[in-house]
Amino acid sequence: MTTVPDSLDRRFRAAAASSGLLDVAYDLFDSPFGMLLLAASPRGLCRISYDPEPERETEGLAKRFGLRVLRAPLDDPRRQLDEYFEGRRHSFNLELDLVGVGPFPRRVLDELALVPYGEVTTYGRLAAQVERPRAARAVGTVMNRNPLPIVLPCHRVVGSTGKLVGYGGGLERKERLLRLEGALL
Amino acid sequence: MMDAVTVPPFERFYETWSGEILAFLRRRLGAADAEDAFQETFLRALRGYDGLEHGRELRAWAYTIAARVAADVHRRRRPAAEAVEGTADDSRPAYAEIEHLADGLPPTERAAVVLRYGYDLSYEDIGAALGSNADAARQATSSGIRRMRRKELQ
Repeated sequence: MTTVPDSLDRRFRAAAASSGLLDVAYDLFDSPFGMLLLAASPRGLCRISYDPEPERETEGLAKRFGLRVLRAPLDDPRRQLDEYFEGRRHSFNLELDLVGVGPFPRRVLDELALVPYGEVTTYGRLAAQVERPRAARAVGTVMNRNPLPIVLPCHRVVGSTGKLVGYGGGLERKERLLRLEGALL
Repeated sequence: MMDAVTVPPFERFYETWSGEILAFLRRRLGAADAEDAFQETFLRALRGYDGLEHGRELRAWAYTIAARVAADVHRRRRPAAEAVEGTADDSRPAYAEIEHLADGLPPTERAAVVLRYGYDLSYEDIGAALGSNADAARQATSSGIRRMRRKELQ
């Protein structure tokens, strides 16, 4: 069985990415917070997931964005995340693609994006900010399904008593992210 | 229930067939030209991927694209003088003719006929493209040709 030499494989993936023919490019990133999958459509970053199972992820991306899904380097988002993990970056400068996110989650995520580095808010406060003061639980669900954790900082949302409550990537990561940002002492 | 054969994400198509297609292109063109042809093949596949209606015969589809890319390289290699001497009909490559004629054949027979007479592949390679073997490829080719003849007589 012939294997494609690395250099040729890389060349093809780079050519495909710059051809404008891809619906989604995704990259695997061995970060200090574990393996991450990053995915971007031509409109912007559309997915970050912890501990990805690439097979399942590509199926999911193909359903949402189109069949032309290929692993290809995503240098800019990767570099920005690197800087964030090293504590050198406090906000991201990336186009985001939230196509397919419903109107309510969209409003919540827009509000979430405004929570500053190193600060926390609560589910209840976010709910109030989108004028649904009794929807704290629904806000929790939106956090849980956040397609772009870290960049959309759902780790900065805690319970009304200050308890961390939950995190799609696991509570340990939430705690580490908040420590990194200096929000937890 | 019959398995619906959906088209997989392109990544899986590429991962599954890229090694085999590279080997095929090396046999057709030699190692030096195979690399450019490899890239061209999968870029063309990417371009056509949206138009696929089902995930059957993806391997034969990949071989057909690769064979076409290889044929283009061969045509470019041919000295210009020879091309001038040829008749006007020579400008239309064999594969264009045969692909048109073979339209309407069942997919396996169509691929076999096109690869044999359009691209001059060996039955071993056609067998590989069809995921079977040389004997099955020979059989698919000749039943495809018989079917084309019957159509012609009608």
